[in-house]
Amino acid sequence: MNESLIEVVQGRNNPMIDPSLHIWGWEIPVYLFLGGVVAGMLVLSAALALRDRDGPRSKALQTAPLLALGLLSVGMAALFLDLEHKAYVWRFYLAFKAASPMSWGSWILLLVYPAGIMMGFGMLDSDRRAALLDSRFVRGLHLRSLVMCILGRADAARRGALWAGIIAGSALGLYTGILLGTMVSMPLWNTAVLGPLFLTSGVSTGAAVLLLLPLSTGERHVVARWDMAAIFVEIVLIVVMLIGFATGGHASHVAFSQLVDGPSASAFWALVVVAGLAAPFTLEAIEVRRSLKPLALTPILVLIGGLSLRWILVIAGQASSWANIP
Amino acid sequence: MKEKTDKRYAMVVDTRLCVACKACVLACKAENRVPYGFNRDWLVEVTTGRFPDLALENRSERCNHCSNPPCVHACPTGASHVNEGGAVLVTHHKCTGCKACIAACPYGARYVHPDGYVDKCTFCLHRVRDGREPACVEICPTGTLHFGDLSDPDSDVSILLRTRKYKVLHPETGCEPNVYFLE
Amino acid sequence: MTRLNRRQFIQIGGAAAGGLAAGVGLSTKWYGLDPDEVADPGTDGDRVVPSFCEMCFWKCGILAHVKNGRVTKITGNPAHPLSRGHLCPRGTGGIGLLYDPDRLKRPLIRRNRGQMQEFEEVSWDAALDLVAEKMLKIREKYGPEAMALYSHGYGGSWFKHLLHAYGSDNIAAPSYAQCRGPREVAFHLTFGRMVGSPENTDMENSRVITLIGSHLGENMHNTQVQDFTRAIERGAGLIVVDPRYSTAAGKARYWLPIKPGTDLALLLAWMNVIIGEGLYDHDYVEKYAFGFDRLKEHVRDRTPEWAFTRTSIPPETIVETARFMAGGRPASLIHPGRHTTWYGDDTQRLRAIAILNALLGSWGRKGGLTLPSKVKLPKYPYTKYPGQSKNPPDMPKGTVYPLANEILSQGLCMASIPGTAAYDLKAWLVYGTNLIASLPDPDATRKALQALDFVAVVDVLPTEITGWADVVLPEATYLERCDEVHTPAYKEPFLAVRQPVVEPMYDSKPGWWIAKELAHRVGLDDYFPWKDSVEYAMYRVKHGGFDCEELKRTGVARGKHVPVFIDDGLEPVFDTPSGKIELYSQTLEKAGFDPMPEYTPPDEPPDGHFRLLYGRSPVHSFSRTTNNRFLCQVVSTNEVWVNAQAAREMGLRNGDMVRLINQDGVVSEPLALKATQRIRPDCVYMVHGFGHNSRLLKFAYKRGASDSRLMTRYKVDPIMGGTGMNVNFVRVEKAA
Repeated sequence: MNESLIEVVQGRNNPMIDPSLHIWGWEIPVYLFLGGVVAGMLVLSAALALRDRDGPRSKALQTAPLLALGLLSVGMAALFLDLEHKAYVWRFYLAFKAASPMSWGSWILLLVYPAGIMMGFGMLDSDRRAALLDSRFVRGLHLRSLVMCILGRADAARRGALWAGIIAGSALGLYTGILLGTMVSMPLWNTAVLGPLFLTSGVSTGAAVLLLLPLSTGERHVVARWDMAAIFVEIVLIVVMLIGFATGGHASHVAFSQLVDGPSASAFWALVVVAGLAAPFTLEAIEVRRSLKPLALTPILVLIGGLSLRWILVIAGQASSWANIP
Repeated sequence: MKEKTDKRYAMVVDTRLCVACKACVLACKAENRVPYGFNRDWLVEVTTGRFPDLALENRSERCNHCSNPPCVHACPTGASHVNEGGAVLVTHHKCTGCKACIAACPYGARYVHPDGYVDKCTFCLHRVRDGREPACVEICPTGTLHFGDLSDPDSDVSILLRTRKYKVLHPETGCEPNVYFLE
Repeated sequence: MTRLNRRQFIQIGGAAAGGLAAGVGLSTKWYGLDPDEVADPGTDGDRVVPSFCEMCFWKCGILAHVKNGRVTKITGNPAHPLSRGHLCPRGTGGIGLLYDPDRLKRPLIRRNRGQMQEFEEVSWDAALDLVAEKMLKIREKYGPEAMALYSHGYGGSWFKHLLHAYGSDNIAAPSYAQCRGPREVAFHLTFGRMVGSPENTDMENSRVITLIGSHLGENMHNTQVQDFTRAIERGAGLIVVDPRYSTAAGKARYWLPIKPGTDLALLLAWMNVIIGEGLYDHDYVEKYAFGFDRLKEHVRDRTPEWAFTRTSIPPETIVETARFMAGGRPASLIHPGRHTTWYGDDTQRLRAIAILNALLGSWGRKGGLTLPSKVKLPKYPYTKYPGQSKNPPDMPKGTVYPLANEILSQGLCMASIPGTAAYDLKAWLVYGTNLIASLPDPDATRKALQALDFVAVVDVLPTEITGWADVVLPEATYLERCDEVHTPAYKEPFLAVRQPVVEPMYDSKPGWWIAKELAHRVGLDDYFPWKDSVEYAMYRVKHGGFDCEELKRTGVARGKHVPVFIDDGLEPVFDTPSGKIELYSQTLEKAGFDPMPEYTPPDEPPDGHFRLLYGRSPVHSFSRTTNNRFLCQVVSTNEVWVNAQAAREMGLRNGDMVRLINQDGVVSEPLALKATQRIRPDCVYMVHGFGHNSRLLKFAYKRGASDSRLMTRYKVDPIMGGTGMNVNFVRVEKAA
């Protein structure tokens, strides 16, 4: 750059676009976060179930898939609240657009529910099944025979249901990252790292939710190790992403500066990198090595980090938009 | 129904001539009933240099009706689509207002209409179909704006792009825009 | 990806997108059941009425689209020579005036309510009766000339006619002494002919255009800007002299950021080079000019070096630009400008511009200045006006502006303060002129208003001046009335009609009706024998040999083409004492002024002060359109341009809210600071017309700042009485 200065008069001034793009508020990061959590919970609980074929399973783990579906519904509610033309929400399901991650997502969401139910029902022990069949919900809506039928199918294809959960969960986790990653308009999002980063973060936050449940000690150990691995991968991915931005073209520099000295930079480093990744990684490492009684703080930090990651990337990503680069 | 057409509509903006009067913006607003406070087209005035060695570029900007439109790719319902001559349009009754297209557009060309759907420049296709120019082109007192069909080598726009130096905005994004700025 | 040349790239891009569109789009088209329709916003009119615009005073031809009784949009009339199918932003914005919710809706009369005064809505009869009663009383007590008319805008013709019939010729508009006056006088002195409006320039054919402070493009007169950009398109070179890097400067080959107030030094130096190097048009000067040898002698020592110390323009730039402009002659135009009341020596500056044009041989030449003609329509046969026995009192006692060729508006204003002039004015009729914003020194204007017996205002909007009226008469907008036929002098003579597009809204009435009703009430029926303005206009059109029905359909008719250039065989006539182009003005000599322009240095700004310069936005006409919500969607306020370095030294940043304080301590409303490289460090600039303090202008009220309020001083041009207004200095302070 030489000494010349640039003065820009931008006459557009459209709401939500100018002076800095901000079309997506709290709803989208909350949804992306919950989507990731749900993906992680499904994948991890299915993996645990596959791993301990006959071993004892904690009651907490048995209900995890159904809990995940509950969280997903909260996320979808947030997504719905974000729609500006709500009466036309059904339009998502009159089309499948191969090039649109959002279209993939809307169909994936539909697939996550049956997969989650199949795998969740399959993981229930007989006590829980009885309780389910006896619940006011099932009785009140006369769903008993339907639930019996699903339980039968789930048992018949237990491993299949678990794999379906893993596939649906992975799809969910990946697409939330790809959704942002395909936006060529946002230098901060437009990186191939974002999909894997969101998936890994999903695994980690999903693990964190599991760790907050009363898992058995064995399960806890496995989940904690996976979480550590996920956090480690996340750190690597973030480093890769930052190097990519730092060494890229003009747009990448815009993205880089968002994370280094933009308005969200300090939050990114404090909440995502330190509180959300470094701190829980260290804590978990100490817990595992010293076999200490696990702290609830560790998974909570992971969750804060995961939510912050989405939140900051959604806000800072919009701020990096080409739309505001003259 | 698939619109079968070989046309490729484009706009050529001669920045040398533009005085940034904004007649194009207001003509568009009147023609298309663009809601108060929203703009389908707009002016960007860029001054570079230091007093007294300065350069000024006035650009009348709008949707680029890209050949590789990220908004259309991002749209989950098909509301954003490629219409006649490559014009990128939004079918209001298919739009959920998810704003993925707005996020996808590197040009900030779209906005959420107060009625909820996403709205943008249509290249005045309703006029173009009748053989008229877009409202902004028609009103422009400076001759800055040219509209036409790039598949016709004798069209105004084709000739201008053959004979003059030009640029498009943010070519790095690979959207292949169809609004060209003459230097 | 392999490198393709650009032409191929487009084609391949197109084909690829087509394929993609098919692949991605098919899934939602449901094979025709769920089609994507191209929505028509439905703004094409059921009726399209041709007329001409009044958003500024250029009068472009428009087509007004009417759907279900509402005007949906206004576009340019392709048949009209001034619009050629295009409009400026204000032309499109006529709908914002027509549907302005703040419009004057019913006649108002000032009433005393205890300590307070307020307006009462009354019937037209009551309002008109009161105005008529006052008119009669004033004529009886003081004579008819005690009533003055301020009129700006084409609808004013009816009121001018009324006042002449009533017996007063004291009619003025700020467009003369606050705007075009010096130019008209200077060109008349030089060429025996005024520039007029539209200006008689032929820019579209110019090879070189020199603008002295004219910010064409920001000053958005449609045809003129069309010709200007056409010239650029054809490769004309621009020289722009402006302390500010205007839009036009942004297109210039040479931008000369001159020290404000020193243009005359530059112009003299250019003459020095052009004469000294023999670059002028010898034959033309020989044949048509008077006093060349004296001019040559006069500018001999006005060297580029001499000018450099005054203008800050480097001598080599002056020489280079002089050669450049001479290289384009005779298609080399020094633009006469329009708003020319700057420093009080304006007639002399404009004389220098006229002389330079003469040296380049551009007067009467293609690419220079045209000798336009107009369509001649017969006048409506009226009884002769009684005529005014006394001279207009527009020159206060002890002053004389011998070459003023129109009445001075600020002079009439002064004459309203008792004892100031030969006789006192007692009543004003104000048509479409917001005098508070358009005359300098608004305090003096208020003082005059206080002294008057009676003030009636005819306007569309509740501008500041309406607040000083005893009676306010709400006029219909230009889209709701028929006015006088437009037959300007132009290179292609034509006539155009203004036709009512829709019925007048609220209880507003067209000007012709108001004038006719007043005439009836003061016994002047003889002067308004026609039924309505359409009948009047069609009388003139028909007796001029034009087809009325055709004209109503098209809005415009062309006159016979006549040559407007010397090159086309036109023999020019110079209405000057010598019958030639007066480089040396005998008229000025006789009146005791410099017969050839002489440079006078401007006052220097006091310490810490900047010279206040003002100009226009392409979206607004003075203070008339700043309440127009449609237009304000793109420009809703003004800002003050300050040199970035100067701003930094004051500790101010771009976007800061600041106030301007002038040399007399007058403080402006707050406005945003634009810290920019685009202006010299010794002056600041703002767009005129903002900072309304009429609460009834609900949108414009307190939006931006008013430059007029800061113009407590002005320098009067001794030759013709124009008020130079670029003589105020301000400092910039952060608004609390």
